[in-house]
Amino acid sequence: MRTFSLRDLDSDFVDEIKSLDFIGNFRDCYACGTCTGGCPVHRVNNDYDPLRIMRMLVLGLREELLKGEMIWLCSDCYTCQENCPMEVKITDIINHLKNLATHEDNTPLGVSTQKKLLKDQGKIYIIDEFDNKKRAKVGLPSLPEMAEQAKELLKGRVQK
Amino acid sequence: MKYSLFLGCTIPARSRNYELSARAIASRLDLEFIEIEDFSCCGFPLEASDEMGAILLGAMNLCLAEEKGLDICVLCSACASMLTKTAYHLDHDHELRKQVNRELAKIGKEYKGTVTVKHFARILLEDVTLERIKKETKRDLKGLRVATHYGCHYLKPSYIYEEFDDPQDAQTLELILETVGVSNIQYRRKKDCCGGPVLLSDEEVALKVAEEKLRNVKEVGADCMNLVCPFCSLMFDANQKGIETKSGNEFNIPVLYLPQIIGLAMGFSRKELGLNLNSVSTKELELALEA
Repeated sequence: MRTFSLRDLDSDFVDEIKSLDFIGNFRDCYACGTCTGGCPVHRVNNDYDPLRIMRMLVLGLREELLKGEMIWLCSDCYTCQENCPMEVKITDIINHLKNLATHEDNTPLGVSTQKKLLKDQGKIYIIDEFDNKKRAKVGLPSLPEMAEQAKELLKGRVQK
Repeated sequence: MKYSLFLGCTIPARSRNYELSARAIASRLDLEFIEIEDFSCCGFPLEASDEMGAILLGAMNLCLAEEKGLDICVLCSACASMLTKTAYHLDHDHELRKQVNRELAKIGKEYKGTVTVKHFARILLEDVTLERIKKETKRDLKGLRVATHYGCHYLKPSYIYEEFDDPQDAQTLELILETVGVSNIQYRRKKDCCGGPVLLSDEEVALKVAEEKLRNVKEVGADCMNLVCPFCSLMFDANQKGIETKSGNEFNIPVLYLPQIIGLAMGFSRKELGLNLNSVSTKELELALEA
């Protein structure tokens, strides 16, 4: 088991989350473990543990959470959030933690690649001539190669 | 009934079988789809790394439908949740709406909050109605044993979905299937996720989550799976062979989209429903229906 010094805890960390109204109720968590009990990712890999994420958040283990890999194993399935007896918005919170981790340059390659694709194309997959031919062959309408208005909208957003 | 059809990124490029079958049964059911060429990505892939960017993309797409005075029909569950969630937040948080509209103004748009977003399956149930679907059913599916996978974002987070179904005991997809003569088969951990979103960060974990489900479906001897999302299909259909090789288990479970099953009951052909594009062969299943 790893040990932490109380001096390393970041007491301001909770405020980063608490300030967001709609996910601010995480202090209601009484550590019952219903989240982890129902988690389909935990079942195949018990390194991933939503209850631990909630406790780490409350304790202020900022570095551990935002520099580590655990939050990125969340499948965004919302099982924990739907099951939580205290209605803590666990999945929404973890999603926000992923955003904070991105600011710390901790993003899986797959996630940052998709982000770049969206900025460059406005959609993940380009629909090229070949795709449109295949679509036409089965009677599907042709589509533009990229989404220009979306590209325009995302222009200038911070790329991390 | 008129809806704008939101395809998202994956369906037009990778899941033409879903698009084909949905369009086929929609035309039979007088559900008219209007194309909006400027629809982009829904924003979902940005949610984990740029929440605001995700909401902006979602809002832009909502505006495009609003401009035409149309509601949105969504085939992909991830797109459905992203667009519904965006509308939910913009309708409940006036500060956020102001902020988003400032950004949208740069491309000459404004979100007004007049558009409704619905998943295709929800439209079948609420707008088309079961009676109508039953009326168009021409062929006996002979109690085809189907294991439905609801997936996550079709139902969750529930706070954005006006309780149209209960994520703890979902019924909607099976109600539709029952109407066309399917036997709905129950299996262990039916509510579990396909693992899809983890593919981007840990492929091994993602495939293990999918394998669990395939094993549970196999255990009850279902003839096929039924689903309504291209990511779930990627995990269970396109990746099924790979999971078999990796785990040493044989599954051989055909994975059909809801409109492919309904389409079979309506008498559409294999090609009209894109069944020839499914990864796991559906031929045996079709032959059994012919017999």
